[in-house]
Amino acid sequence: MTNLWADIKNTDLVVIMGGNAAEAHPCGFKWVTEAKHHKKAKLIVVDPRFTRSAAMSDLFIQIRPGTDIAFLGGVIKYLLDNDKLQKEYVLNYTNAAYILRADYKFEDGLFSGYDEAKRDYNRASWEYEFGDDGFVKADTTLQDPRCVFQVMKAHFARYTPEMVERITGAAKDKFLEACKWIAETSAPDKVMTSMYALGWTQHSKGSQNIRTMAMIQLLLGNIGLAGGGMNALRGHSNIQGLTDIGLMSNLIPGYLTLPTDAQADFAAYMRPRGFKPLRPGQTSFWQNYDKFFVSFMKAMWGSAATKENDWAYDYLPKLDVGAYDVLRGWEMMHQGKINGYFCQGFNPLMSFPNRGKLATAMAKLKFLVVMDPLATETSEFWQNHGEHNAVDPAKIQTEVFRLPTTVFAEEDGSLTNSGRWLQWHWKGAEPPAEAITDIEIMAKIFLKVRELYQKEGGAYADPILKLTWDYEKPQHPSAEELARELNGRALADVPDPRDAARLVLRRGQQLNGFGELRNDGTTMCGNWIYSGCWTEAGNQMARRDNSDPGGLGLTPRWAWSWPANRRILYNRASADVKGAPFNPKQKQVWWNGERWTGYDVPDYGPLVKPEASVGPFIMNQEGTARLFTRGMMRDGPFPEHYEPFEAPVANPLHPKVGPNPVARVFKGDMEVFGKAADFPYVATTYRLTEHFHFWSKHVRINAITQPQEFIELGEELAKEKGISSGDLIEVRSNRGRVKAVAVVTKRIKVLKIDGKMVHTVGIPLHWGFTGETKKGFGCNQLTPYVGDANIETPEYKAFLVDVKKLGTTAA
Amino acid sequence: MSSLQSLDIRRRSATVTQSPSQREATEIAKLIDVSRCIGCKACQAACLEWNDLREEVGVNVGVYDNPHDLTENTWTLMRFTEIDVDGRFEWLIRKDGCMHCADPGCLKACPAPGAIVQYKNGIVDFISENCIGCGYCVKGCPFNIPRISKKDAKAYKCSLCSDRVAVGQAPACAKVCPTQAISFGTKKDMAAWADKRIADLKERGYKSAGLYDPPGVGGTHVMYVLKHADRPQIYAGLPKDPKISPLVEFWKGVTKPLALAGVGLAALIGFFHYVTHGPNEVQAEDEEAAAKARRTPAE
Amino acid sequence: MGSMKITRRGALKLTAASVGASTLTALGFSPAQAQGAVRAFKLERTTETRNTCPYCSVGCGVIMYSVGDRSKNVHGKIIHIEGDPDHPTNRGTLCPKGAGLIDFINAKTRLQYPEYRAPGGKEWKRISWDEAIDKIARHVKADRDKNFITKNADGQTVNRWLTTGFLAASATSNETAWITYKAVRSMGMVVFDNQARV
Repeated sequence: MTNLWADIKNTDLVVIMGGNAAEAHPCGFKWVTEAKHHKKAKLIVVDPRFTRSAAMSDLFIQIRPGTDIAFLGGVIKYLLDNDKLQKEYVLNYTNAAYILRADYKFEDGLFSGYDEAKRDYNRASWEYEFGDDGFVKADTTLQDPRCVFQVMKAHFARYTPEMVERITGAAKDKFLEACKWIAETSAPDKVMTSMYALGWTQHSKGSQNIRTMAMIQLLLGNIGLAGGGMNALRGHSNIQGLTDIGLMSNLIPGYLTLPTDAQADFAAYMRPRGFKPLRPGQTSFWQNYDKFFVSFMKAMWGSAATKENDWAYDYLPKLDVGAYDVLRGWEMMHQGKINGYFCQGFNPLMSFPNRGKLATAMAKLKFLVVMDPLATETSEFWQNHGEHNAVDPAKIQTEVFRLPTTVFAEEDGSLTNSGRWLQWHWKGAEPPAEAITDIEIMAKIFLKVRELYQKEGGAYADPILKLTWDYEKPQHPSAEELARELNGRALADVPDPRDAARLVLRRGQQLNGFGELRNDGTTMCGNWIYSGCWTEAGNQMARRDNSDPGGLGLTPRWAWSWPANRRILYNRASADVKGAPFNPKQKQVWWNGERWTGYDVPDYGPLVKPEASVGPFIMNQEGTARLFTRGMMRDGPFPEHYEPFEAPVANPLHPKVGPNPVARVFKGDMEVFGKAADFPYVATTYRLTEHFHFWSKHVRINAITQPQEFIELGEELAKEKGISSGDLIEVRSNRGRVKAVAVVTKRIKVLKIDGKMVHTVGIPLHWGFTGETKKGFGCNQLTPYVGDANIETPEYKAFLVDVKKLGTTAA
Repeated sequence: MSSLQSLDIRRRSATVTQSPSQREATEIAKLIDVSRCIGCKACQAACLEWNDLREEVGVNVGVYDNPHDLTENTWTLMRFTEIDVDGRFEWLIRKDGCMHCADPGCLKACPAPGAIVQYKNGIVDFISENCIGCGYCVKGCPFNIPRISKKDAKAYKCSLCSDRVAVGQAPACAKVCPTQAISFGTKKDMAAWADKRIADLKERGYKSAGLYDPPGVGGTHVMYVLKHADRPQIYAGLPKDPKISPLVEFWKGVTKPLALAGVGLAALIGFFHYVTHGPNEVQAEDEEAAAKARRTPAE
Repeated sequence: MGSMKITRRGALKLTAASVGASTLTALGFSPAQAQGAVRAFKLERTTETRNTCPYCSVGCGVIMYSVGDRSKNVHGKIIHIEGDPDHPTNRGTLCPKGAGLIDFINAKTRLQYPEYRAPGGKEWKRISWDEAIDKIARHVKADRDKNFITKNADGQTVNRWLTTGFLAASATSNETAWITYKAVRSMGMVVFDNQARV
């Protein structure tokens, strides 16, 4: 989230698309109902089915799964054609005026530089024109045909309301009504908020779904403003934190990245990370990268990380591919190349696509370690559960260890919510029997491995032997100690760079924030963006003062939010070029003649004068937000509608280029994509409000409220197939099948897509073969094994199935 | 003095003695704003949790309503209806449960002394120790709410969390509701809040938006804000003009004082038999409403 | 008034009892049990602990109520969980998952002991923590020693380990995340991911 949950009350228009906040985030959705009641805000819901969010909407539009870019591309065209732009914002706070290279092109569904054999682009031409001064050229009249604004206009000219209807199935009049409401928020004092979640990410073009809306929000001047923003609702309680701390193949905490094979030393690693400003006078805050990196290395390896050894640079693994994400990891497992696997509070057998493939892959493991409070399907993948898990244990040679962990109520620690708040929680009970915390389990495993290396030696033992582990009780590091490491502290006295006689910090003191980080080894910090969470003043995450100066719901003294306790990101952009709030009724930060001040922590140099023309997007080298993303995304600098890998029609925009041309598909997975002739219906998967993933089916109360696996069909399809509500049906894809109860509904209508009638089948995801609910198959029996071209989120939201009636009485 | 402190009794079932009534009490109410209800079932979950009740885990019969009806454990239930109203599709979701009538049919029908009480604040509560499980409350209720337990043969229904209200807390369902579709306060404040909500709905084009506080039962302490208040029946059979069955009124009005005066047992037996098993025509409207409430939306 | 206690119906018995009771109350003998009292408020002297709902990312504040006052001889037990009214986001409310948290803590399927399943085995076997950790550490070291890659085909130092993977959760604390990160990265593991995508 660029903003925070309570801030949604400040909006004039809520667009829920690519998510279902009323069901998946009910207590966050509260702020939508508050905006509706107190600010007379309207709610638009765009979704493949009429959800419980839609039940609250002022306008609902049903679209075919996987066509969000077409819909939003149509909105962009509407805004450009009707001049519904926040002009001061677009001109000064985005890269609209920048001139693009002459060889950048988009033709017949492909951007310039496509290499069909590699299924990849050479992205060199997706770039600005640079002047002799080394800075990007710009035309502030926005008239140059090669400026971003004009190239964007040409790109989206194809997304007419007729084309939108043809691709998405959305009725033209309803689409135009939505455009009109959205366009009204181009007024400087009107805002729209975008609430989205995995309905946008789980597509082979998921990142571009989000980007298209981000472009709309930039054109409307809605980023950085209270009540505006791009608000990723996020699924799990600490998925924000796990990502912030970099528990991903290619990350270092705070969105730094692992080195690649070619980056032989620290200098080579830093070379592409210079972040030179692209426009005169810009901040380009990532120029501090080395301070964050060196402080991280000191947190990891302490005195073993020295300037002489490049801060223990070789201790870090290097990557030869973009990332070993889960799809690649499980593909390797399927090939028998993975021997051991750890699952910490995760249930991949139900979570990843194509369960048949997953089960085969797991059976090839030598050992599996599961840490969980509950008996997950993953931990019992080797057990026969009849048709719900038809395996022969005797044939599975995997050794499985199942380690019982605590739950939230039985431990201290912090979680980071989607509004970037780090909130501390306290233990209220002892765990059952022998369950212990994940912290303790990780300590036990690590220390035992280290002990073996100490005794016996072995492959490259130094990073293990020298990892800092100066906890009071090594076997039981406390949450407090770990949190203090994340914040960081001074390893030596840290002098003020402007006055060497003055000390900023004494040795051993906790940092006040990332501004105090150094690149000379005198500071350590686990995660630079969390610096400030546990200072000398104590645990900031445990703060409980909910006062709200300014009345926007920012509650700056409740818990602590990254970065720097800032509640709304890019908030400098909420003020005009001169530093006065665009919306005086919802003032956030402003220039008071001497400095930036306000109710939030300014996302800007506090003393940088407005006339200095430093852009508000200080993390970008341009200082502005990118309508055109240069080479930063693999599948194009502008979004383009590509069909899902399994689609009922050819791509109406360019029939030869159907799905995302650069999305990665492994051999074997391409072959089991289904064809519309065999699998005529579009399926999409989702959560229900009564359940949380595969977790709450173990919870009696939630099992009562939604006890059994079901599948939703529209009345038209049910009639064709002779299916009634309560019948037992079978839904098949080219990878597997699910037997479940039919729920026949008016909430899913048949759509006319490119002249063809297309039915949508809705598949909730919660059931499996352990827990309190009736046993179920799980939707990943059906889902395709392909991910988003940029971050490999699996395409769970759009694929093809067939439906058959099995019987009149549900088992 | 009563041990009930803040919940002094207004009346008790099968009892004509007046309860001590010197103290005044503020009438409370729960307002269910159907236009803000997202059908998340947090109220159902909180009700089970607070009242230490658990259903058996059931099955899906082709609808979202789970469990499928109120039971001795399920005192509140979301009822879902898919319907086209004035050319616009709507998914109506209504939280069903005891309405805490000002003129409670259950209490009037109940023959067990003190098994049903009405507190001065408006809560109608079942005192299980006194319940004889006869089921007359079920017949007496125009909303088809009470259920008889198979385990202990006593009647159960929503208590409006009288235990919480007694210590100054809101009912569990009202507190938990994520979208303030349920609010709790004095009946006066709830009516004023409803007015604001109705004004908002009218502005959004719901011309028939209004408050459901049916006079046929003297008003209720659970009220609804409906987008279509002219057609309450479309909300899973919410009765348009609920009334206590004339038979129950008859029993309360005439028969009971006669009984107290020493009327023969045989007559009483006959009467109770009639109420329990007798012809249904006088209650046709209630029966229809009850049937509708049980009907699943997709049917 | 124990003798007045009505147990079960049956028209005759019921009617007689009812009349009896009605008559008694009419005469002014208000039976104490007929007065009825509300259920005792079950949280009166419970201990309150603040926590955060572990499900979605809204991060609602909850208050956990446990029996006992944390004195030495009392084994506390959480009996009820309710929304934290001070919390700026949820303001005391919860969703159905949050409202049912007590049943998550007490789930029948909660794991109690470390367990082990042997190759080809049909059952779990309870083992001690020491045995579990010893065996796991042995596996880790054996696989790492055998498959750790110090240099790639071009002779570049890469120091990675590809044959064992780690999936981190997304409901664990930041502190768990950090210690996990340290342990996993120090071993050179790169088949490493979390639940951000699903």
